[in-house]
Amino acid sequence: MRNAWIVARRELYAYFVSPIAYLVAAAFLLLSGLFFVVGAARWQDATLQPMFGSLSIVLIFLAPVLTMRLLSREQDQGTIELLLTAPVRDWEVVLGKFFSSLIYYAGTLALTGLYIPVLVLYGHPDLGTIGSGYLGLVLLGAALLALGVLSSSLTGNQIVAAVTGVVASVGLWLLDLLGSLLGDGVQQVIGYLTPSGHYYNLIDGIVDTRDLVYYLSATFLFLFLASRVLEARRWRG
Amino acid sequence: MIDVAHLCKDYGSYRALDDVSFHVDQGEIVGFLGPNGAGKTTTMRILAGYMPPSEGHASVAGFDVFEDSLDVRRRIGYLPESVPLYTEMSVSAYLRYAADLRRVPDRRRAIERAMEACHIAERAGDPIGKLSKGLRQRVGLAQAILHEPQVLILDEPTIGLDPRQIIEVRELIKEIGREHTVLLSTHILPEVSQTCSRVLIINEGQIVAEGTPEELTARLHGAPRVIVALRGTPGFPSAESGFSFAGALQVLGAIPGVVGVDSHGEGRYEIACAPSVDLRPELARAIVEHGWDLLELRAAGMSLEDIFLQLTTQEPAGKNPTADGKLEPEAQSTAAGDVPHA
Repeated sequence: MRNAWIVARRELYAYFVSPIAYLVAAAFLLLSGLFFVVGAARWQDATLQPMFGSLSIVLIFLAPVLTMRLLSREQDQGTIELLLTAPVRDWEVVLGKFFSSLIYYAGTLALTGLYIPVLVLYGHPDLGTIGSGYLGLVLLGAALLALGVLSSSLTGNQIVAAVTGVVASVGLWLLDLLGSLLGDGVQQVIGYLTPSGHYYNLIDGIVDTRDLVYYLSATFLFLFLASRVLEARRWRG
Repeated sequence: MIDVAHLCKDYGSYRALDDVSFHVDQGEIVGFLGPNGAGKTTTMRILAGYMPPSEGHASVAGFDVFEDSLDVRRRIGYLPESVPLYTEMSVSAYLRYAADLRRVPDRRRAIERAMEACHIAERAGDPIGKLSKGLRQRVGLAQAILHEPQVLILDEPTIGLDPRQIIEVRELIKEIGREHTVLLSTHILPEVSQTCSRVLIINEGQIVAEGTPEELTARLHGAPRVIVALRGTPGFPSAESGFSFAGALQVLGAIPGVVGVDSHGEGRYEIACAPSVDLRPELARAIVEHGWDLLELRAAGMSLEDIFLQLTTQEPAGKNPTADGKLEPEAQSTAAGDVPHA
């Protein structure tokens, strides 16, 4: 675990010298501000719900951009050879990469916390709902970042990693559309597999263990697959 | 310190390594010599724990590279062919990261020592992306020796360096080799004879020769041979000078110690001598005594370069029959038969 932290620290450092990371943070904050203002002005309600709803869509597109570099650049530049010959396990590398993106994302997300005092000042927001909404954004973010790490492990090309990540995320998000075409039984299963339903529960203020388990297991699955991909790379050479 | 037994590596249907076995003792500096694509990098990657072998076993410091990969990786320093550098980091930040990954106890001191050994201390604060190829190579080397590994695996350590830096790096490798075991690959021949105590020559995934540079030269050389050229222009071989090619053949063949004489025509002879006898003075004397015009007299010694070329340029039989082609089967059999795989 300490190895994962060593890897994560270096990646965080790389985020702070990367223009793309600043761009992602700026875009995320700009859009969140827009959603906040528009939401507050339109519904005249002390709630962050509209912002949470819109940010999930933004996240689908920005999370893969944050993670695209993580493993693909290592493969492209050959630095992966340093990591894979250091006394560090493959899953520690993957976990470290994932943590760095999660920390960077959580840091950016934390800045939107500024809206809460504004709401408190001018209205009576339900802080519990806001809290579960943030929990939802963090969990959804974790799953999407893990998916991004997986797509970054598959290729040595950052752009390919980003595009694959976006397509996979959008596909996952829209999976329930497919479910609605396939009848009740299937729809239920697919409804569980898609992240959107679980997310709407959380921004509505419903913290259900099933939703937490869903996000954590999705995150775990993607990271597990990414470390298997890394291992498979060793065999292929 | 390094034990490799029957190592094979397949990339799809392509066999990059085919039954490679060798052994490196503690404190040895072994040179891994071979043309590009011979399997040097593959072997080193397997030893460094980067990839598992398809067949066979390899162990470093008693640990199997596959079963106990982490134990192996803790004990080696590895400089890959393409130096793994993060261009956005400064030299010192990069080395701190490498030291952390390897859990170096006294990080600051280790980094200072490595930077000093590789002469990059004055560039510690520079971003790696701004460094020249030679400096990058040295940063990579510093990374490999940071944790004072028992075994150092260097893939083409002097590539991209200028002559002065090459000498420095060689000195550094020799210095490290006094305490540590070093396996280095190269396709630059002088490097091997200057730095290595032993040489492994690999070609097309197989070890074709093994020994000290001197041993290799001696073994593959076989009986010493001398090349003699006498003037044989038209009209010159005449009755009064007493010279004829056939006569010369006879005279040279009669000198004690001469095992055989091959005529290459035009007055050129290749003379095979008894082992470890230098017959050049005798040959010169005989030629002068007969009053012949001597154009050339030299030992046909084989440099490491010749050996390397002979061992690694395998033309399919009949495809390109050259003078070399004639020598080749001999060299091949020498490599396979006489040089023991220690």
